[in-house]
Amino acid sequence: MIRLENVTRVYRLGDAEVQALAGVSLTIAEGSFTALMGPSGSGKSTLLHILGLLDRPTDGRYFLQGQDVGDLPDAQRTLLRRHTIGFVFQFFHLLPRLSARGNVELPMLFAGVPSEERKERAMAALAAVGLTHRASHRPDQLSGGERQRVALARAVVMRPKLLLADEPTGNLDRVSAGEIMELITGLNRQGLTVVLVTHDPAIAAYAERVLRMADGQIVGEGKL
Amino acid sequence: MSFHDGLAFAWGALRGHRLRTTLTVVGIAVGIGAVVALTALGEGARRYVVQEFAALGSNLLIVLPGKVETSGAAPFGGVLRDLTLEDFQAVERVTGVKMAAPLASGAETVRFGDLSRSVPVLGTTGEFAPLRRLHVAQGSFLPAREPHVGGFEIVLGFKVAKELFGSESPLGKTVRVGPYRFRVIGVLAPRGRGLGFDFDELALIPVRTAMRIFNRTSLFRILVECHDHRDMDTVRKRVEEVLFRRHRAQDVTVVSQDAVLEAFSSILRTLTWALSGIAAVSLLVAGIGIMNVMLVAVTERRREIGLLKAVGVTQGQVLVVFLMEALILAGLGGVLGLGLGTGSVWVFKGFYPNFPASPPSWAFAAALSVALGVGALFGLWPAARAARVDPVLALAGGGR
Ligand SMILES: Nc1ncnc2c1ncn2[C@@H]1O[C@H](COP(=O)(O)OP(=O)(O)OP(=O)(O)O)[C@@H](O)[C@H]1O
Ligand SMILES: [Mg+2]
Repeated sequence: MIRLENVTRVYRLGDAEVQALAGVSLTIAEGSFTALMGPSGSGKSTLLHILGLLDRPTDGRYFLQGQDVGDLPDAQRTLLRRHTIGFVFQFFHLLPRLSARGNVELPMLFAGVPSEERKERAMAALAAVGLTHRASHRPDQLSGGERQRVALARAVVMRPKLLLADEPTGNLDRVSAGEIMELITGLNRQGLTVVLVTHDPAIAAYAERVLRMADGQIVGEGKL
Repeated sequence: MSFHDGLAFAWGALRGHRLRTTLTVVGIAVGIGAVVALTALGEGARRYVVQEFAALGSNLLIVLPGKVETSGAAPFGGVLRDLTLEDFQAVERVTGVKMAAPLASGAETVRFGDLSRSVPVLGTTGEFAPLRRLHVAQGSFLPAREPHVGGFEIVLGFKVAKELFGSESPLGKTVRVGPYRFRVIGVLAPRGRGLGFDFDELALIPVRTAMRIFNRTSLFRILVECHDHRDMDTVRKRVEEVLFRRHRAQDVTVVSQDAVLEAFSSILRTLTWALSGIAAVSLLVAGIGIMNVMLVAVTERRREIGLLKAVGVTQGQVLVVFLMEALILAGLGGVLGLGLGTGSVWVFKGFYPNFPASPPSWAFAAALSVALGVGALFGLWPAARAARVDPVLALAGGGR
């Protein structure tokens, strides 16, 4: 699914250089469930952004589904994001003016899915996360756990191959976090490749593989 | 993304900020409204003038003493020959001339008993009435008579008669103009203000008498009506020629009513453009208002833009959505402004029912396209900024 070859990411701040990623090589199999752990500032989010085509490596190569996506033009990277990658963020990033259903419909709206089909698929995705009865609620009328479930429904409504989650449980209580992880695990069992960043060993325990990062490098691997 | 979906999305974003949206729309509306109203008034003024001229008859030539170059240079030569009654009689006989009337002018106080009224007193002949489409309400107009004869008959304007005589009939009464006594033989029908003269507030006496009592050696004007509109130019040349032979110099100006009308019309058209230009400044301000609002929106919604990009919305789509917001603001402003503009013209017409002020028909299409143009122009840069937002930076950090 994913192959990284010696990927680096350097931020230039005036004269100083920050090595957010200092040479990461990595293969992630289709259908696998990988957790990324490591201290703050170790480069986990940076790596996830590069995997999600939101950011470009300073150096090194990135193959997604066998295709070298390092130098693809922006337009094609956007289309890959639209159809093969789903994101879940720590802070949900729901649009406050839209209902739960409206938020889930968002990727389909811009992908040109007709409105009837949009509605059906959004309702199905909401049903899959157990929120049918909250479809018309706006985000500020939902609990944190419910918001993240809406975000998860939005992430998978385009039927992506890869789910990238950056501390999806970071803002949730233990019970809600458990619910989200059950849902993600279920999606993974249906064949979705998952890469998840977390600080919490209990969350990482859901993954079949755990990568440890420090100072922009992968320093260890294995199940806990 | 279908057009309709994009529009709905943009509309949803605007509805989230009702007050801000309303104020911006009002800004555009005021600008558009001002353009519409001022254009309507300017255009109305032009039409008013054209109407007034048309009411005077279109076959009219006006002879005035002095050579007025079209470039506005000083009169030809230094000495001007007078425009005399003999000149008038010569002009009257020119082929193609239907009738002519001489005009000598002065202002005097017209008295009856203790009442007095200071009005323009015009010396002319009987032809003046048909020439200027004047009607007599009581009595008769000045008699058609050899212009040299003079006489002490007077015809009063409607208001003058009313103020001096009230409901009494002025016919046969004697009024004084300066030291001279005149017998009232007629009262004009109400006519209202025409160009140059208020026909309700003047008095008409025989031309010869007027020249004598006002001590004039020259006529003020000779008005000439031609038989046929198509011959105007030929007749004008003939009149010029006749007067040139008599004066041995080109020291008179003959203008056609059309020429005067055209001059007025073009001045007023320029005025209309100038007014619209001034109004357009307020549109510019409104456009900057749109830009400001959209820039604020882009800054506020960086996170939203980042999210949109993460879920696969293209740069072009982000641009389109933000541009649509600007266009919605501008379009609503345009429609509202049209209402505002036509509304204020309507109110204006309530006060001045005779003034033919109405926005020219193209104003509606123009106002809307100008509004949308302003929206596109001033919305483009903020939209381009939105399209360039870096999703990683935008999504970093906490919040919703
Ligand atoms: N836009 C940026 N400009 C400069 N430096 C940056 C930028 N983004 C990240 N960095 C730096 O890159 C390094 C890696 O950051 P990253 O966000 O990937 O860490 P992380 O492992 O996700 O940390 P955390 O657990 O706190 O989220 C850090 O030192 C960070 O300061
Ligand atoms: Mg991070």
